[in-house]
Amino acid sequence: MILSRRSIIRSGITVAAAGALPGFAYAAAATPKRLVFIIQRGAADGLATVAPTGDQAFAAARRTLADETAGGAKLDAMFTLHPALTTTAGLYAGSQAHFAHAVATAYRDRSHFDGQNMLEGGGSRPYGRADGWVGRLLTLLPAAERDALAIAPAVPLAMRGTVQVGTYAPSRLPQADGDLIARLSALYADDKLLHPLWDSAVKTQELASDIGGNNGRNGADLGKLAASLMLPADGARVMMVETGGWDTHSSQRGRLNAQLRGLDQLVGALQTGLGPAWNDTLVIVATEFGRTVEVNGTGGTDHGTASTAMLLGGRLAAGGRISADWPGLAVSARLDGRDLKPTRSLESVIAAAVAHHYALDPKRVMTTLYPDA
Amino acid sequence: MAVQYLAANRFGLGRRYDDPAIGDAKAWLTRQLGDYDPAPAALTGLAGRAAIATAYVEYREDRQAMRREAAETPMSEAEQGMDPELRRLSRSAIRRHYVDATAARLAAAIATPTPFPERLVHFWANHFAVSADKQTVIGFVGNYENEAIRPHIMGKFADLLIAAVRHPAMLLYLDQAQSFGPDSAFATRVRNRGNRQAPGLNENLAREILELHTLGVRAGYTQADVTAFAKALTGLTVAGLGRGAGQRLMPADAEPGATVFIAPLHEPGAQTVLGRRYDAAGAGQAEAILRDLAVHPTTARHIATKLARHFTADDPPAALVDRLAADFLKSGGDLSLLYNALVASPEPWTTAPTLFKSPWDWTVSMLRALKIPALGERQNVAAMFTQLGQPIWRPGSPAGYDDKVATWAGSAGLMQRVELASRIAGRIGDRADARQLAPLVLADALTPATGQAIARADSPGQGIAMLFASPEFLRR
Repeated sequence: MILSRRSIIRSGITVAAAGALPGFAYAAAATPKRLVFIIQRGAADGLATVAPTGDQAFAAARRTLADETAGGAKLDAMFTLHPALTTTAGLYAGSQAHFAHAVATAYRDRSHFDGQNMLEGGGSRPYGRADGWVGRLLTLLPAAERDALAIAPAVPLAMRGTVQVGTYAPSRLPQADGDLIARLSALYADDKLLHPLWDSAVKTQELASDIGGNNGRNGADLGKLAASLMLPADGARVMMVETGGWDTHSSQRGRLNAQLRGLDQLVGALQTGLGPAWNDTLVIVATEFGRTVEVNGTGGTDHGTASTAMLLGGRLAAGGRISADWPGLAVSARLDGRDLKPTRSLESVIAAAVAHHYALDPKRVMTTLYPDA
Repeated sequence: MAVQYLAANRFGLGRRYDDPAIGDAKAWLTRQLGDYDPAPAALTGLAGRAAIATAYVEYREDRQAMRREAAETPMSEAEQGMDPELRRLSRSAIRRHYVDATAARLAAAIATPTPFPERLVHFWANHFAVSADKQTVIGFVGNYENEAIRPHIMGKFADLLIAAVRHPAMLLYLDQAQSFGPDSAFATRVRNRGNRQAPGLNENLAREILELHTLGVRAGYTQADVTAFAKALTGLTVAGLGRGAGQRLMPADAEPGATVFIAPLHEPGAQTVLGRRYDAAGAGQAEAILRDLAVHPTTARHIATKLARHFTADDPPAALVDRLAADFLKSGGDLSLLYNALVASPEPWTTAPTLFKSPWDWTVSMLRALKIPALGERQNVAAMFTQLGQPIWRPGSPAGYDDKVATWAGSAGLMQRVELASRIAGRIGDRADARQLAPLVLADALTPATGQAIARADSPGQGIAMLFASPEFLRR
């Protein structure tokens, strides 16, 4: 017998309601919960976003960028939040933000596209899965909380799965004709000059919208748009928002500042736009991997491993706190002598946050979202 | 080799949809040198120097009036409401001269029956670059190309150089209008009045003439040469703009925007440049230096290299450079002789189309290929080229746009071209057939792969976009 998706969900709820998993409440349909996944494509520098200014090796390793977070909110004795994240700092003060540091997916190489594929697919190797962790999560949610939408021209891997997901791309975002792009890729395939140029152009195009532009207002616009799509009674309940531009190999100070300001305004606009619904919203901000501990020769940082993930929302399990099994930044403490060593899996951070938010069994969430883990 | 395509694109600006067959490529090009019209119809109706200068004067007076009014007692509501509009109009008069000139430049390039000389106009305007990012220059840049460059591209290099240097756009862009002889009658008078801030020398124009326009960078001239040359140039300024300390010395009958020589601003005495002494001769002193620089062997080599690069490769063949430089010297810088030599030389014809079209070249050649106007009536031409990465007359530096493959072959730029081609193709739809257009436009450069890709396009519009984004069409 083939069960319809709805009946699978029902059976899941029945189990929970029957008390087999005591302590997990029935997800009340009256105040449907909302989830927003903000992906930071390009490897956001966790060491500048939530800077371990209290680590003795920090200043020496970061040299010219050591004061990048000067003036930012002191989160505790060890960590300082980037000063562009003012709204986020306010959320943290109000126990509505949590930072998980030194986290990474199971991916240990340094290619953006493989890394993003792992972050979204949730598999144990790149291109190991054709569906994504959000897509699989949807199968666990009641119908009222399952309407999903991505602000993107096509459904991103993270949201793919058995549940139908909508996409919405405002006309302001660059939209190229995918078919023409594919045909030109074939036409340029043997051209030594055009092939690499085109390859890079297409990838950049895929790396989503420019939230840092227009003094952060692009981020605010995106947040406002996302909120307006989630607020109505029949609006989306699960949303994915794409952000690009985190690959700060050079001139990181100004670029990251613009990026984080855009992200901060995105979050602020989301909170404002959702109004009271913010209290039942969980926002997860994550990137495919982090950046090198050391600053490179062009005022930037190169591809690394562990980074920071953010959890934002009205009812976090551990709002106003940082969780980190801090490995330290001394050369001997690093991964391969260069990267922040991951001490916790990003997958487990996401699964735990989602389980808490929807009051689902953590083990079940983990095995559904990350079946290969 | 793709001789037809090279003639039309490397030398010309792309085949027009209604061009007759090129036939003998070299004869087609040399004929254009004789047929060249320095004042094509597309450019008539553009404002002259006086009107442009007047726009600046009005703009400034208006701004000053606004400041005064703002400082005085509050005005009536009606007066207050009028002010910003007045300012807006006057500001846009300057801007409009620029916008009109860019649209006319594009129209001329699309319509021209002599695309080879038209390309040379663009080449020389870029060699003697002024850049519209300087506010005082914006209004004048179109006039500069049309009045200083166009009339002189077929003559002697010296006359082209002098016309470029003496145009208000250049004098304003490289600060010559504010350069005064330190011991000029005027500066001495100011100093004697006890004013320690006496007006002085500005070397900008002198340096760039040596470094960019004539000898070339690090070509053996010294700081002393620059200073002496700058002193010789003093006195040369622009009338009617009401700027600078020397305005009261302007001849009363000078038209606004005219280039004038004001003797009391000129540094007295002889000057020595590159080992040669130039006696005091007023305006004639700088001109004598310019004429010598224009036929200097190092200048010959510099110009020969740039011309050869534009028609062959980033690193032009030494034999071609040598030949052009020798022709330049022998003829005293006869430019049409050099163009004929280029056409007759084997080098520009022996390579495949490997040069990468600039955004300007690419767009012009696309628009020439289409019978149906591809741009809307209200298309802002200046904005379009800014978006494509090559703002018209705004290279941002007196060196002009670099003329190499890597300058324009970038990934973002490529995507922008594809997007524009796509937009234009959408506008054209099935009113043009890329399968028929391809053999005409790509001629003997059309490869089977591109022909097939166009034939297999899923719509007529997509076929058009593929044609203009094809590897062949992106190159020249």
